[in-house]
Parts: sequence; C-alpha cells; structure tokens
Amino acid sequence: MFNTKISQKIAFAVLFVSTLITIIPVLIIIAIIIKNGITAISWQFLTTAPSNGMRSGGIFPAIVGTFYLALGASAISLPLGILGGIYLSEYSKNNYFTRILKLGIVNLAGVPSIVYGLFGLSLFVISLKLGVSIVSGCLTLAIMSLPSIITATETAMSSVPRSFREVSLSLGATKWQTIRYAVLPHASPGIITGTLLSNARITGETAPILFTVAAFYLPQLPNSVFDQVMALPYHLYVISTQIPGISKSVTYGTALVLIVFTLSLNLFGIIVRTYLRRQKKW
Amino acid sequence: MSLIRAEKLNLYYGNFHALINVNLSIEEKRITAIIGPSGCGKSTLLRTFNRMNDLIETVHIDGSIIINNENIFSKTTDIDSLRRKVGMVFQRPNPFPLSVYENIAFGLKIHKIAKTRNELEHTVEQGLKSVLLWDQLKDKLKTSALNLTLEQAQRLCIARLIAVKPEILLMDEPCSALDPIATMHIEELMLELKKNYTIVIVTHNMQQAARVSDDTGFMLLGKLIEFNKAEKIFTNPDKKETEDYITGRYG
Repeated sequence: MFNTKISQKIAFAVLFVSTLITIIPVLIIIAIIIKNGITAISWQFLTTAPSNGMRSGGIFPAIVGTFYLALGASAISLPLGILGGIYLSEYSKNNYFTRILKLGIVNLAGVPSIVYGLFGLSLFVISLKLGVSIVSGCLTLAIMSLPSIITATETAMSSVPRSFREVSLSLGATKWQTIRYAVLPHASPGIITGTLLSNARITGETAPILFTVAAFYLPQLPNSVFDQVMALPYHLYVISTQIPGISKSVTYGTALVLIVFTLSLNLFGIIVRTYLRRQKKW
Repeated sequence: MSLIRAEKLNLYYGNFHALINVNLSIEEKRITAIIGPSGCGKSTLLRTFNRMNDLIETVHIDGSIIINNENIFSKTTDIDSLRRKVGMVFQRPNPFPLSVYENIAFGLKIHKIAKTRNELEHTVEQGLKSVLLWDQLKDKLKTSALNLTLEQAQRLCIARLIAVKPEILLMDEPCSALDPIATMHIEELMLELKKNYTIVIVTHNMQQAARVSDDTGFMLLGKLIEFNKAEKIFTNPDKKETEDYITGRYG
C-alpha cells in the first residue's frame, strides 16, 4: 500500500517535470525575443521597406511576401489535401496499395524541409521553367504541408462515429451524400484546425523557399506570381548572418513579427475549432 | 400477399456461415418478430433486407430476397432507393448531433422531398405527429436532439425514417436501451404504425415479441428453426428447440 502510493507520487512528479521541461525553453525563447525585439516594433518598421543595406528601415516587403506565400500555398494544398484525406478515409479499400500510400504520406511528413526545397528547385524552378517565383515557392510549401493536411483530414473523418454513416445510408442517402451531409460537417472542426496548424508551420519555414522564391533584397512588392518576394524567415536568416553591424533590435524585431504571425495563425485555428465544437457536439 | 420473401438465403462472414438456408415470407402491414438467443443471426438477417451488410467487406451472400417482386441482390438493384423503401431503426437511438428539426429535415433534403421552406416545416411537423412527439417538442425544434430523453430520441429516429416515406420498417432491438415505460410507449407506437407500414422487428425480449408481433420467427445458430403465427409459436410450437427457448430452458 505504502509502496504504491510512493510510486504514484514519483510517477506524477516525473510527468509534471517532463511537461515543465518541454514548456520552459519555449517560454524563454519568447521572452527573450519580446524583450529584445519590442523596441524595434513601430508603425514605420511594419510598413516600410528595408534601407541602408537592410540595417534600418522596415520589413514590409517580407511581411507581404510571407502573407502571399501562406495564402498561395493554402490555396493549393487545402483542396488537394482535404480531398485526398476524404478519399483515404472513406473510399480507399484496406489493401496493399492503400497501406503503401499511407506509409508514404507518413514518411513524407518526416522528410527534411531542405529536401523539399531542393525538390522544388529541380521540379518547379528548373524543369517546369517556373523560375524562382511566388508560384514555385507556393507549390513547394504546398507539397510540404500536404502530408499533415491529409493526415489531419483523415483522422477527423475517421473520428466521426460510424453510426452517423449507417443512419444516413439507411435513409437511402448515397455514399457521397452521406460523406457530404452526415460526416463532413462533423469532421470540419478537426479538419480546419489541422490545416491551419499545418499552414502556421510552413509559414515559418526557410529551407523550402530558399531556392524557390525568396529574394535577398527586393524593396518593391511583386507584380505577378512569377516575381520573387522577400519572406520573413529568409529575411531573418539574411540579416542575422549576412549583414555585419546590424542592430540587435532589428533582428529580434523581425523574429518577433514572424512569431506573432505564426502564433496568430495557430490562435485563429484554435478559436475556429472552439467555435465549431460548440456548434456541434456528440 | 407476401411483401418480403427470402429464398435459400445463405450469408457468410469470411469463413463463418452466419445464415444457413433461410426461407421465409413476410406479410404486408403486419408486425413480424425475429427472436432467438445472442449470435443466432437475427440482426444479420434483418440487415440483409436493406443490404446494410454490404458495408462489411468480407460478407458473401447466396440465395435471394424478393421485395415487391424484385430480387434485391440483382445487379440492377438501386441500393439507395432500396434503403429508402426499407428503412431501419437501430438498437441505440442515434440522432445526429443537430437540432430536432434538422434531424427530420435530413432525409427530406437528401431526397428533395420538400421543395419549399413551408413544405419542409409541414413535413417535419407531420413526422413528429406520427410518432406522437409534436406536443412535447413543438417549442423545442431548434434544441439539440442530444438533449432528448432516450425514448424521445428513439421516437425522433422513427420520425426521421418515416419522413422519407418507406414501406417497410426494420427495427433492430429498438427498445433495448429504453426503460420499461418507454418500451411500452414504443410498442404502442409500433401497433399504431402497423396500419401504414410493414414492420420487421428483431428482439431479445420474448415477451415483447409475444405482445406486438403477428408472426414470429425463431432463429438458432444461423438457422430459422420455425416461423409461424405468433400465438402458435408462443403457445404450441412445432419444434422442440422453439419450445425449449420460449420456456426459458436456454437463451
């Protein structure tokens, strides 16, 4: 009796400390970035282009670039990923081919982002002659986010109770009507959250955009999807490594904007999920 | 005239022979009960009538089921319209996590039965009236169906089904999740519905079969042992297995 009580206490303590250890670095990083970066943030910083060899001025083109990339990548990956996830969850038979496909998707999620970057370079930039451009960058980011969107969709669809499907079919609905009206509405909170989180992740990526879209210094905004853009993660990399004598607050300020950008996407995802969950419960 | 006729029906789950040479004939606008101990195949039999077993990949079926003079296993059968004609009420009340109104409107929208908003509202009202829920729920149409009592939820499921105008109602242990009073109410409802629908009910509860059914079939280990008028089955069955079961010797 005594021993089980003690081992329970030890187990709880270990679990608690592990949680703490995982959270503390994140908090420290955010605290340091805010402390060093907050002084750089101003209206001018957010709305003007870099000047003086990027040592002063703002980061407006990089913010716009990242915004375009996030938007463009979503426009490609959302429909593809969600439809693919629906197919895997509802239509695919449990056979050898499907298992290979699922294994492939899981493994794609684990491919290093630099590999996606090089893949984008060779396929979109060079072979398809799209050049170093927004469209190449969006396609590369979209491919990178597909595995997690597909997986999120499939999981959300599979977690809808089987009885919903049975009832719908037993009322004479076709399989597609069943998916459309009896499953999809109840899976949407999970799908939306999963896709938003995946988007938040890719907006912070540097490697996939390195060779496919990102410009070192481009003070004007793009005119077409075949132009290059600056992007926050790459800009941050450039000013921290390539520009000697840059003030610390500019780099930290840029990092702060990037973090706020991705965290607000996350936050948006969580708000949408909470709202949708409140609408539908089972 | 018989509405449903099963001939030499055999069903396999993979290698398991779950229905063995079942022959039966179900009459129109009567209540037919299928009774038998757990695992005897009664739910499986019920689910062949609207081909719900098709959802299981390993199922293999031989023989035929004729509904309205049409073999439902024929290649030309439209499964969706078959399921609309042969509706099903499940063991656990399973309303969608939507409002009362939306639950009934679901089938109406799927089949485009009600074209205008007025028609839709009228049909929902008719549906709720036919299961005697209208007076209780007319002011709660917008509340979630998950807040209903089990009995109300099961009635709602029946209303949702009736709204798509089926001919046959399959009921798979519809009262097993309900208390005795709710069970009594659902049984009364079944007797009311019998005027317009053909009902096939699978039940664990022999007394229930005796109370509501006109015809009763007794199943054991995948075989239909005996099928006859209910009073005959419950008072003077032909087969020894049937007698042993209804007198409580096993099951």
